Amino acid sequence: MKTEEIVKIKPKREVAVIGVGLTKFGEHWHLGLKELAVEAGIKAVEDAGILGEDLQLVVGGNMSGGLFAGQEHGAGLLADYLGLNPIPAIRTEGACSSGGLAVRVGYLAVASGLYDFVAVGGVEKMTDVYGPQATTALSGAMDYETEAYFGATFPGIYALIAQRHMYEFGTTRKQLSLVAVKNHANAMHNPYAQYHNKITVEDVEKSPLVADPLRLLDCSPLTDGAATIILAPVELAKKYTDTPIYIKASAQASDTLSLFSRKRITTLEATVHAAREAYRQARITPKKIDLAEVHDCFTIAEICAYEDLGFTEKGKGGKLIEEGETEIGGRIPVNTSGGLKAKGHPVGATGVAQIVELVLQLRGEAGKRQVKGAEYGLAHNVGGSGATVVVHILSNKRG
Amino acid sequence: MKVGIVGYGAYIPKWRIKTAEIAKIWGSDSERLKTFLEEKSVPSPDEDAATMAVEASLRALSMSRIQAIDIGAVYVGSESHPYIIKPTASVVAEAIGATPELTAADLEFACKAGTAAIQICMGLVEAGRIKYGLAIGSDTAQGRPGDELEYTAAAGAAAYIIGKENLIVEIEDTYSFTTDTPDFWRREGEEFPRHGGRFTGEPAYFRHVLSATNGLLKKLGRTINDYDYFVFHQPNSKFPLTVAKILGIPQEKVLPGLLVPKIGNTYSASTLLGLARVLDIAKPGDRILATSFGSGAGSDSFSFVVTKNIVKVRKKENAIDEMLKNKKYIEYAEYVKFRKKIKGLNK
Repeated sequence: MKTEEIVKIKPKREVAVIGVGLTKFGEHWHLGLKELAVEAGIKAVEDAGILGEDLQLVVGGNMSGGLFAGQEHGAGLLADYLGLNPIPAIRTEGACSSGGLAVRVGYLAVASGLYDFVAVGGVEKMTDVYGPQATTALSGAMDYETEAYFGATFPGIYALIAQRHMYEFGTTRKQLSLVAVKNHANAMHNPYAQYHNKITVEDVEKSPLVADPLRLLDCSPLTDGAATIILAPVELAKKYTDTPIYIKASAQASDTLSLFSRKRITTLEATVHAAREAYRQARITPKKIDLAEVHDCFTIAEICAYEDLGFTEKGKGGKLIEEGETEIGGRIPVNTSGGLKAKGHPVGATGVAQIVELVLQLRGEAGKRQVKGAEYGLAHNVGGSGATVVVHILSNKRG
Repeated sequence: MKVGIVGYGAYIPKWRIKTAEIAKIWGSDSERLKTFLEEKSVPSPDEDAATMAVEASLRALSMSRIQAIDIGAVYVGSESHPYIIKPTASVVAEAIGATPELTAADLEFACKAGTAAIQICMGLVEAGRIKYGLAIGSDTAQGRPGDELEYTAAAGAAAYIIGKENLIVEIEDTYSFTTDTPDFWRREGEEFPRHGGRFTGEPAYFRHVLSATNGLLKKLGRTINDYDYFVFHQPNSKFPLTVAKILGIPQEKVLPGLLVPKIGNTYSASTLLGLARVLDIAKPGDRILATSFGSGAGSDSFSFVVTKNIVKVRKKENAIDEMLKNKKYIEYAEYVKFRKKIKGLNK
């Protein structure tokens, strides 16, 4: 395993989020890929108070429009239906981190000084196919020839991580359940969330077994949804909003696609690398983070994220949730939106939607789930079982 | 002019298989399945939609005390007609002695073709073109081995004779709600039907059942409080009980007609068998609302009022409760033999 640091980027200027838009997450039986993407896009443009003609670039995250909806060429489609032609449109794909990648590409475009106003969207339409087809589509996020060919599925891969985490660190079944319980409780206050039902530890433990020890309520759902943000250089942002939210860090790292190629499976090395670089860019330590949206595709993934992002020591993630530290009101509230588990996980949209939640929180517009006085928020978006990880840090302080 | 039911008859094959027995084969969670249904009916190897339709029709005739020759129309609703070409309705008409001076045809609208047959018969009777019409829903439903449908697809038949004199049940009105919704289908040549998973719920079953039910109530200017019983199409226990919950209907008004936990989803016969169970126990003056659902998709909603004539024509031996009691369990191996799912059989 290589231990070198990832390259330290040098942004030429600061970037801010000036508008956000989100569709309701859920089963949108009457809406297709482009209707969802357009709805979120229009909301973000309205929120920013910007004119469509002022946008210069579209970046769209989408994992598998082809397998889910028969539609590739998603960014072009988005620009087309938003009426933005002839500006360029770029699609990003990094499995479940496609949205996070879109945010990062948009950030790079503005931070480099090449573009001023960039629309960053993410969308996935997942419920037009059967469950097994969806599982196959998502399996494309792993090393297909060495994992999926042999019958591995994502619940199976994360179940291996969970088994090992329990074995090495004594993480308990109850600690896994508490992640789902917390995220469902948070989603109760998020009108955009797919689920508005409170669940108990017992509900999780009685739900059907998917891949031991993971049960149905340990898993994020199949979701239709879209999210969009509008980026601008800080100097121009003030023209559009009194509450620009600054992107203090944008970091990304890679790891092996296959789980078995890693030295340890209880640590997502790409998360560790991306987080370290993000904290360096933002010039803060993990202790300064007031809230985080982390990639809880399965409950175990959130526990690993606590550790790999530095919110606690390796092996103590289970304890952190059990002590209530990651609840709203705790030391470091995690997934105030409900997370992938309860807000829903339209894979290509997830990374962008995480930024939307941070922006709402940092503007103080998160309603009953508001984290009071929040200044720094972190978003953590994972592709596959950790081959691609994107970490962003946002703040309402330019500082 | 009044139109209504002059006789009804039901038939449920005696064979049952427990969902836990099927779950054992496929490694499914039998406890969870129990919340949907416990067991389902299975037809004998020599039973099909035609034989079951005949059984139910003979019972309806016996109750109605009319002459079969006075039946002017026979419509059989099913999605398991024994022949693709050649009607089930002519087999039934001949077997019960209603031929040759009548019209007959087969209907298909997934699980609601039986209630569509009632509506057609109502129209012909009201127009004065026929004296009596026989409307039947009969199915030996199919499910691909291992598919979710295998736990629910069951067999049964119900027959209703529609007329305008000596009514045992008056049909006050009917209202339908139909859209092009592809939730469940089987194309020509395909052995088993396919379905859209969770799409079969909210945009299909719930949208149509709720729209038809609310549409009928609005048309009649009534509320749910005006009804003593409700029967909804029952592909499993959860769906009709969820409809009741959404509409604020107390469970005790739904449970008497909820047969699915004990017999499974009998498709075209499902709503009609539930209605038959309610008619078996209803008192004169009771008002019943029944709403069917057929994938593809549509719902027919009916408002019924029971008349005093029902009391003297019901026969205990033909009651649904007797058919629920008269049952024999089979194991999965016998089930695949009965349902002709053994590869190489008959070759």
